Amino acid sequence: MNETILRTEGLKTFYILDVFGTQKIVKAVNDVNLNIRTNEVYGIAGESGCGKTTLLKALAAAIEPPLRLVDGYIFYYVDGKAVDVATLSPEAKRKLRLDYIAYVPQGSMSALNPVIKLKETYQDFISSHVSGKTKEETIQLAEQHITELGLPPKILDSYPHQLSGGMRQRVTIALAALLKPSIIIADEPTTALDVVVQRGVVQLLMDIQKRLKNTIILVTHDMGVQANIADRVGIMYAGKIVEESTTEKIYGVPQHPYTKFLIDSLPQFGDKSTRQSVPGSPPSLIDLPSGCAFHPRCPHAMGICTEQTPDLITLDTDHKVACWLVGGEHGKTA
Amino acid sequence: MEKLLEVKNLTKVFTMGSILSRVRLTAADDVSFYIKPGEIFTLAGESGCGKTTTAKIILGFEEPTSGTIIHEGKDRAETKGKKVWQEEGIQAIFQDPFGTFNPLRVVDRYFFETVQNFKLAATKREAIDVIDETLRLVGLSYEEFAGKYPSEFSGGQLQRVSIARALLTKPNLLIADEPVSMVDASLRMSIVNLFKRLKEEGNLGVLYITHDLATAYYVSERIAIMFRGNIVEIGPVEKVLMEPKHPYSQLLRESIPEADPTKRWSKRIVLAETEEEEYMRVGCKFAGRCPHVMNICKEQAPKDIDVDGVLVKCYLYNGTSATPRQ
Repeated sequence: MNETILRTEGLKTFYILDVFGTQKIVKAVNDVNLNIRTNEVYGIAGESGCGKTTLLKALAAAIEPPLRLVDGYIFYYVDGKAVDVATLSPEAKRKLRLDYIAYVPQGSMSALNPVIKLKETYQDFISSHVSGKTKEETIQLAEQHITELGLPPKILDSYPHQLSGGMRQRVTIALAALLKPSIIIADEPTTALDVVVQRGVVQLLMDIQKRLKNTIILVTHDMGVQANIADRVGIMYAGKIVEESTTEKIYGVPQHPYTKFLIDSLPQFGDKSTRQSVPGSPPSLIDLPSGCAFHPRCPHAMGICTEQTPDLITLDTDHKVACWLVGGEHGKTA
Repeated sequence: MEKLLEVKNLTKVFTMGSILSRVRLTAADDVSFYIKPGEIFTLAGESGCGKTTTAKIILGFEEPTSGTIIHEGKDRAETKGKKVWQEEGIQAIFQDPFGTFNPLRVVDRYFFETVQNFKLAATKREAIDVIDETLRLVGLSYEEFAGKYPSEFSGGQLQRVSIARALLTKPNLLIADEPVSMVDASLRMSIVNLFKRLKEEGNLGVLYITHDLATAYYVSERIAIMFRGNIVEIGPVEKVLMEPKHPYSQLLRESIPEADPTKRWSKRIVLAETEEEEYMRVGCKFAGRCPHVMNICKEQAPKDIDVDGVLVKCYLYNGTSATPRQ
């Protein structure tokens, strides 16, 4: 088994909002324990509004008000030593970024500065993290990096608007991989791209992972993309991880009813029978249902589901699930 | 056979650049297809292939360079100058529901405005009844929607609201431009199932524009695959998607990620460097990326060839009925 590179312990990050004197608490990440290893692609899946992006922000140590770290720890393993991220100074955090951890946010194709050429963007990035390089050297480094990843080097001379959405997405991912970080966090990198370009982006991510032998944390709601790229998948619902396992087990023997819904709702070729999406809509993170947050939408809901929150229990090596149907003392199989 | 909408030899040329360096870009090149009443017809292809341009021309937002559009036996040239969406029963929904509605305006005002513009009701009471009836078609009700701003809905809900808005005028043709690409994969099915139900219950024709072939297969009867302004393959979904013939359709079909970790992509693909380059290509526009490219492909544009009930624009099928090498 590979070593741990990033670990969270009982992580709780809430948005604390003050609306006309009344406090509203959005429980976006609620008691999450992750153990992400070196040289793996870890996928996080779930519907919109289940806290995926907030979890990534916390993992990237980008917790800024109104988002607050309420409880728990985030540990980075830098050179084998655990570092508690919350205790780091902003300057130390900045140093870790791009070198140790790189974050590709959602809609990152619009993240490039529209009024400067891409080579200047690259220069900005390089000069802020690597000192003592001349302008020519940085451009050379950028060109070499772009070519290695199979992108045409002439794009460095273009402005972002001259490139298509898929190309811009690949440029931002390439930028994130520039300093060979140990962890790359990608938030919905393929959403709103068409299938062929999506495949190109996935291909690029895989190339980077193979070349750098690093860790990629990939968030996407597209279960098809997850199946294609992830080694392990965590299913997130209402701020909690409800099931986590290797990709083979998640797709082969899903245990949580929510996971089953996510997989079954995808249309398959050669099968025109009617498919149902998950009934109802995701709960509001301000006002969570009692007990298991999924119980109002769950076809197997029992008495206990409305009263107590199930713990994430380990079924067998590498398969964890939080559901009263499985394991628990009142457990019975569906 | 009765046709609800017929598009014949539609061509749209955009000119770009300054006077000295003018570039002509054919966004839609001799596009022909038809939609039967109560049929869901899919127009599929990657971004920048001319899908949206075709939709805009059908909606009357753009004037075609040449070609005709016949809706319910009436030539578009006759309604020229008038508002297409008022004269004809065509309505549209778009990709981003949050972009459809003004964020600072209550959503129900759009509904009352439409009722007023189309004189669907005389009093406010009647208007509410009409709106409620339409909202029920998409699984919502007036009570849970009145007085809300767009931000108070989820993406899937708001997309259903925008479909209800389009259905208010009782159109016979709905142009849906990428209606599910911004919606969660798990909620996609609720939108697509809605189209299916509306088609079966209300005899609504839908032009479903998408790059998501999986939902296209699920929902529609016939499909056209578009590439850089050309329809490269057109026919029944069973044939086009289960045994794609054009190399581009094959690439599209292979690129759909399946929810099965044992079926990962193994082949590497080549992406286009720029869209313009492919649009400017002489001959077959796909020649630059095609694994079966021949000399003739780079010289002359291929014509439609009928292979087993499917029209394909590819030289691989010239004179033979052989299937291409995989």
